[in-house]
Parts: sequence; structure tokens; C-alpha cells
Amino acid sequence: MNDGVNGVALGVFIFFFLAVTVLGFLAARWRKAENEHSLDEWGLGGRSFGTWITWFLLGGDLYTAYTFVAVPAAIYAAGAAGFFAVPYTILVYPLIFTFLPRLWSVSHKHGYVTTSDFVRGRWGSKGLSLAVAVTGILATMPYIALQLVGIQAVLDVMGVGGGENTNWFVKDLPLLIAFGVLAAYTYSSGLRAPALIAFVKDTLIYIVIAVAIIYIPIKLGGFDDIFAKAGEAFSQTNPATGKPRGALAPAEAGQWTYATLALGSALALFMYPHSITATLSSRSRNVIRRNTTILPLYSLMLGLLALLGFMAIAAGVKVTNGQLAIPQLFETMFPAWFAGVAFAAIGIGALVPAAIMSIAAANLFTRNIYKDFIKPDATPKEETRVSKLVSLLVKVGALVFVLTMDKTVAINFQLLGGIWILQTFPALVGGLFTRWFHRWALLAGWAVGMVYGTVAAYGVASPTQKHFGGSAKEIPGIGEIGYIGLTAFVLNVVVTVILTFVLKAAKAPEGIDETSPEDYTADAGDPGVQVELPPATAGTSH
Amino acid sequence: MTPVRVVIALCLVAPFVAMLWVGSYAKTDPTFIGIPFFYWYQMLWVLISTVLTMIAYKLWQLDQRARTAEKGGASQ
Repeated sequence: MNDGVNGVALGVFIFFFLAVTVLGFLAARWRKAENEHSLDEWGLGGRSFGTWITWFLLGGDLYTAYTFVAVPAAIYAAGAAGFFAVPYTILVYPLIFTFLPRLWSVSHKHGYVTTSDFVRGRWGSKGLSLAVAVTGILATMPYIALQLVGIQAVLDVMGVGGGENTNWFVKDLPLLIAFGVLAAYTYSSGLRAPALIAFVKDTLIYIVIAVAIIYIPIKLGGFDDIFAKAGEAFSQTNPATGKPRGALAPAEAGQWTYATLALGSALALFMYPHSITATLSSRSRNVIRRNTTILPLYSLMLGLLALLGFMAIAAGVKVTNGQLAIPQLFETMFPAWFAGVAFAAIGIGALVPAAIMSIAAANLFTRNIYKDFIKPDATPKEETRVSKLVSLLVKVGALVFVLTMDKTVAINFQLLGGIWILQTFPALVGGLFTRWFHRWALLAGWAVGMVYGTVAAYGVASPTQKHFGGSAKEIPGIGEIGYIGLTAFVLNVVVTVILTFVLKAAKAPEGIDETSPEDYTADAGDPGVQVELPPATAGTSH
Repeated sequence: MTPVRVVIALCLVAPFVAMLWVGSYAKTDPTFIGIPFFYWYQMLWVLISTVLTMIAYKLWQLDQRARTAEKGGASQ
């Protein structure tokens, strides 16, 4: 570990941080609309973003600072098993190609701001909508906290915020400043701030990765040497488990885990509120579909980034906290000024998703808890005000979380959040294609999935933790080790289907569906989009 | 299901088959510029799935245009 402050790197880092701060405040004036006091404006950037802005926004949103730190960290720790992030992001795009345009259309037609808005409109159930909203908020909070963990990692390596011995105020001051600034411009500029900052973030990240993937292997003697050294390191026995540390390709036993993690994570990604916020801010249906064809560029980058984990091993980086492996690698290999650029990329990479996530969580609270349950006659102006305040609260909550609790708590909750958010899939994606399910069955399925997932994750022990030691467990009935979230999801669907049959037989009230089939294919410019019209006459099918 | 839609579906399903069948690529040889097979093969699939999604997107646009034209013709 480097003692002392790395002055040049810190200077470069501060320069970029100040630049994006200015950008964040200026964003309020960018593409400003006439009516700024509506949630569409503050929380969805006026639903006006074209293909490229959406691409930067979604990329900045989905590939977070934590991803940049955690994926190579997982590779550094165990090798092949950590690479599941790549198939995961490969599967996401063909998947969302099928359902996201439908969600965009129906949301545009009915003015939905959140997924819960859609769930309430489609299934006519405030209870189900509340369940989806609460799940979304619960899953997002630890995710925001992890962005802070990402910033902390780079601050640590730069030598500010110092080790465990400095007093808490000096230690946490840089983080407090970073978050104060983030909160202020999110409050004033809404979704426009992260959209603008995402340009800077992604440009920096692409430069850093491009340089790292060429420069570091040259210095380390090529990929042959890197993988030879990594293979050697993985074959060493880990004293904690008595097994080898990892492998360069997953063994037979790890393959189910690998595949179920990739599939489960892919299904879950676009259930997260922040993914949907970025999606709904786009201008047209086509923007979404076109984006599914250009977003994989980020997956390629993620794959290259994952390889840095092997380079960290080959470069002899030794850290007990795997999160520090990549920042430490940058510090060791790069000249100080470029290390500063790399740290800025990670730091800013944390700000963009943190802003979008807090906006998304705030929108959920405002629309699906405040408006539905507390003050049904809230005006758009009031909605915006509440949302802005809640976005602050959410961030403060995340900050307190990180400062008062051990980092592993945030990571545990993030793991649980992934399992939980996947349980909203049937109500949301199911609802986009069919009205067959019964709303109460969906609610029961969700509850079963949540409970099973939580209990199962609690029961996973690892050499360092008694509970929440991992996200994979034996799948009941199959006997292989699989992702808990996916097992819970299957249970969820089974319960939903069975209960739907039962409830339909019992003629339980189905609730009112305010959407019509045409809504799901409507595009910008079609008559009736954005304005509620009476349902189209029947018989237009062909 | 029109033939075009079948092709679209195949383009979208192929990455799932390829990626979830982990046994087909869980090995280190052959390597590519020193990178084990397991890694470069999956990175290659990023590109393949991108091309497949692009094809699906183009076909879907054609399909939509054909449908709109058909609908327009029928209502005249």
C-alpha cells in the first residue's frame, strides 16, 4: 500500500472532479423546457434524449464505478468465476430488445414515470404496485452505497482519506465533499446532470481502458506471461478453504453457477429503477431498439476490464481487500498523472449512477407511495418538490450506511437487492405481454420469491462470513449449485401460475386494466401518444 | 409467425444457447495472443451477439414497414 499522498494523481483527480461539478450545475440550462416544474422534466430530462445521449446515459448508468472495481476484483480473487459479468451483459441486450420498446410505448402513452406506475395501470392493483416500488427502493439503496465504496477505494489508494488510524472526520471528509456536491447538482438539475456528466465519464473510461489494455501487457511481457503467472497463482492452495484459489476456466461443478448467475443477472438488470429511468428519458421507441445494438460496446470494454484482474496478479499487486486491486494496479503501472486520470474515471463513474439511482428511487417514492397512498391530489409541481427532497434523503441514507457500517454490509445488501429486484420480473415483463396472470397471484409469487431468496442467501456461509457468503446455493430438486435469485424467480413464476388458475376458477376480481393492446406498440408522433385518448375502436386488427 | 419473425427470434435466442452452454467453452486451449480460449471466446460473442441484434433490428424494421403498408392497403 502506498503511504503518503500521491500529489500529481490527486491534482488531476481534483481537476476533473471540479470540471464535472461545473458541468452538473450548468446542466440545468441544457435543453431546458418551458415547464420545468414537472416530474417529466426533473426526473426524466423532459423525455427528450436521442440515441447518443441515451447511449451515454445508459452506459454511464449500468456500468458503474462499483462494476469497474468489483468485476476485476472478482477475477483477481478467483479467476474464471468472476468473468460471468461478460455473458451476463451479452444476454441483456437481446432480452431487452423484446420487451423494453413495449414498456417505452405504454409509458409514453399513459405518462408513466416508474415501473410501478405501469404495474398499477396494467393490473389495477395498488398493492402490487407498492410491492414493486418498495422492492425497487430497497434494491437501489445499497447500490448507491456501493458507488461510495468505489470512490473510497480510489481515495484510499491516492493516500487521502488515509488508513484506519486517522480520525473519522479527516478520513471521511473527501467523501462527504464529493457527495455534498453530487447531491446539490442532482437537486438543481435532475436527470440532465448525470446525462451531461456521463459524456465525460465514458470518454475517460474508454481512454483509460484502451491505454491499460495495451500499455500494461507490454510492460508485463505480454498476455502469455500474464496468464502463466495468474494460472500459477490460482493453483496455490487457499489456506482458508483448503482448495485452490481459483482457475483459468470453470470446472464442471462451477458451470451451473456460472450460467445461472449470467442469466439471473441479465433478467434482473432492467428491473432496476435506474435502468428504467434512463430508458424512459429517451425520445422515441426506435432510440431504445437502436441502443440495444450499440450498448454492447460497453460489454466489450467490461471484458477487457475484467482482464485487468489477471494483470494485477501478474504485476504482483498484493491486497487483502480485493476492491483495491485495480486502483493499486493503476498506481503501480501508470505514471502519476495518468493514474490520476484513471482514478477520476472511476470517481466520476460513481457519481453518474449514484445520481440516476437516487432520482429513480425518489420517483418511485413520489409516484407510488406519496401520490398513491399519502396525497392523491398532489400537483405535478408538488410531485417534483417531493422527488427532489427524497433524492437528497436517499443519498444521505446511503452515506450514513457506508460511514457507519462495515463495507461488507453494503455488499451483502447489494447481493440481496439483485435477488429481490428479479422478483418483480413477472409483474413487469409478464404484464407487457399478457394480462393472463392474476394480480393477487403475482403478489403471492413475488412474496414467495422474496422470502425464499432472503432466507437462502442468509444461509450461505463463506470462509470469511457466516451469512450472505455468496449468491449461489444448491438448487432444490436439481442438486447443482445455482444463483439463488434465479431459483427464487422460478419459484415465483410457479406460484404465480398455479394461483392464477385457482383465482380464476374462484372468479376473484381481476382489477381494471387501463391499457389497450395498441398502447404497447405506439411510437412518438402517433396520434394519442402522451395524451390520454378513449380506447381505439375494436376491429382494427389485421 | 412470418419467416422474417422466425429469423428475428433465432437471432435473439442464439446468444442464450451459446452463453448458457458453459461446457462448450470452459477450457483454456486454443489461446489467442496468449489469452485462454474461455476469455476470448466470450469476448468474441459480444461481437457476434451485437451483429445478430443488429440483424434482428433491421429485419424488424422491414417487417414493421411491410405490416404498415399492408394495413394501409387494406383500409383503402
